[in-house]
Amino acid sequence: MRIFIIKEFLQIFRDKRTMVILFGIPIVQILLFGFALKNDIKNVQISILDQSKDLYTQELTNKLVSSGYFILNSNLQNTDEIEGIFKKGKVREVIVFEPQFGENLIKDGRANVQIITDASDPNTANMVYSYTQAIISDYVQEINTRNEKPVMIIPQSQMRYNPELESVFMFVPGLITIVLMLVSAMMTSISITREKELGTMEVLLVSPVKPWQIILGKVLPYVFLSFISAILILLMSYFVFHMPFSGSLVLLLSSSLLFIILALALGLFISTVSKTQQVAMLLSMFALLLPTILLSGFIFPIKNMPLALQYFSHLMPPKWFVIVIKNIMIKGNGIELVWKELLILLGMTMFFIVLSIKKFKIRLE
Amino acid sequence: MENNKKQVVVKDLVKKFGSFVANDHLTFEVNSGEIFGFLGANGAGKTTAIKILCGLSAPTSGEVKVAGFDIYKQREQIKKSIGYMSQKFSLYDDLTIAENIRFYGGIYGLNRQQIKLKTSDYMDSLSLHEYASSRVEELPLGIKQKLSFMVAILHEPPIVFLDEPTGGVDPLTRRQFWEMIYQEAQNGKTIFVTTHYMDEAEYCHRVSIMVDGKIEALDTPAGLKEKFGVDSVEKVFIKLARG
Repeated sequence: MRIFIIKEFLQIFRDKRTMVILFGIPIVQILLFGFALKNDIKNVQISILDQSKDLYTQELTNKLVSSGYFILNSNLQNTDEIEGIFKKGKVREVIVFEPQFGENLIKDGRANVQIITDASDPNTANMVYSYTQAIISDYVQEINTRNEKPVMIIPQSQMRYNPELESVFMFVPGLITIVLMLVSAMMTSISITREKELGTMEVLLVSPVKPWQIILGKVLPYVFLSFISAILILLMSYFVFHMPFSGSLVLLLSSSLLFIILALALGLFISTVSKTQQVAMLLSMFALLLPTILLSGFIFPIKNMPLALQYFSHLMPPKWFVIVIKNIMIKGNGIELVWKELLILLGMTMFFIVLSIKKFKIRLE
Repeated sequence: MENNKKQVVVKDLVKKFGSFVANDHLTFEVNSGEIFGFLGANGAGKTTAIKILCGLSAPTSGEVKVAGFDIYKQREQIKKSIGYMSQKFSLYDDLTIAENIRFYGGIYGLNRQQIKLKTSDYMDSLSLHEYASSRVEELPLGIKQKLSFMVAILHEPPIVFLDEPTGGVDPLTRRQFWEMIYQEAQNGKTIFVTTHYMDEAEYCHRVSIMVDGKIEALDTPAGLKEKFGVDSVEKVFIKLARG
């Protein structure tokens, strides 16, 4: 068994392609996703409902519009118009100044502004909101250098259509899921089918080594490497993209491990049904990677899908894992809130392990 | 005991896949130190039979003993007593010679000392020193083939199964390979070999020819030629295969 693991590591480290897939892809992907999402804001259409119409609201409006990030679509007259303007689809954000905004600001040192965003595209909504917020606080600082008495503008955020901001920061959970799927399932299935192609699997089966030893020997190195890859992504998302990290690290890592094992079981299963490396690769691509990307709720919110697809997505292991990581990382939930998802993942893992062992045995008969 | 002399004993071996009979009541024996040629056209049931003998496949019925062990009850002992080399050579292309030996040695439970000894032994006897640091994929085919055979007998099994060991190799290299097989047979190893090359069949001590799942002929090459009144095993084969 030890000899197996040594040999597997030797092979992995010698194959540059494997190393690229293991570590290059995660790094490039996280940078790509991260920066693509970061730099997206430009010429976002906004509407303004100014119930105060004073110097301060004028100044702030000008500042927003001249920032280059926002274009003024329209000025609204009353709150009833907000719904309508969002429904038209062009406007992403409505800014509502409270009545007597300027007066409040000077008298009480504080005034309220409501920022309503269309969160049906949660990534943009979140970014639009934080840009607006940044401009407002910039403006507050400007006033404070002019005035003696410090003032505050309190932005109140309202996300419409998707108040929980379902897929904000989804790219990190999604990415971890994809990478673990890719590395664990694809790499194991390819490396096992490679042994079949080379004819070495036959020799191994003839030898006194037990089938479970062969499988474990093949799989353990990938568990280890996938785990490192996952940690790498987490570190990068934390330090480079300031991903919130509020949950338990132990819970996060152990659920990652569970998902890795699930992905490996899937890879094992794929390897038992495919004869060549190409078949294994294609199968992993189409049966695992695409559903992971499309149906896990990583890019497209599951809630917006047709009902049939929503049910279908329940069968996708990545979906549950994405929920688990998201809950742990962003919402900071403990085991009490993710045990159901973890149980589903555990069940799926068992299912695929049993299935592949059965398949593996049949081949021996 | 009789089994010490007979490395393979097969009696009425039947293997069915559904209604298709791949091996139809095979009965034969292979003696110690014998080079036993196992011939047949593609699809005649050779591979099925060799898989059963190696424990990769279970027979439907019949009695099979390999190296004195029963195929039904003593699979593990059989696995330890046989070597196996396939036509694909079964070496890891991206590992060096020494690494391959170390891996397969480990699989068969050889200790570090034994592996070290074997490695230097093989390096010398096959004069592999110039390839010491190269990976197997860079080796000439002939060297790869010999290495593959040596790896198959790393754990010194009394019997070794060679499944078309000379596919795709030039005649000279094939000849050298057979010299090596002879050497091992003289050392007391039993060699069970399948092949497509009829000239190789002539090298075997005894030859069996399979047609449609049945053994149609089993004798020494000379005996076969005499019986069928032809001057080569190839002609015997063609006569049988045509029915």
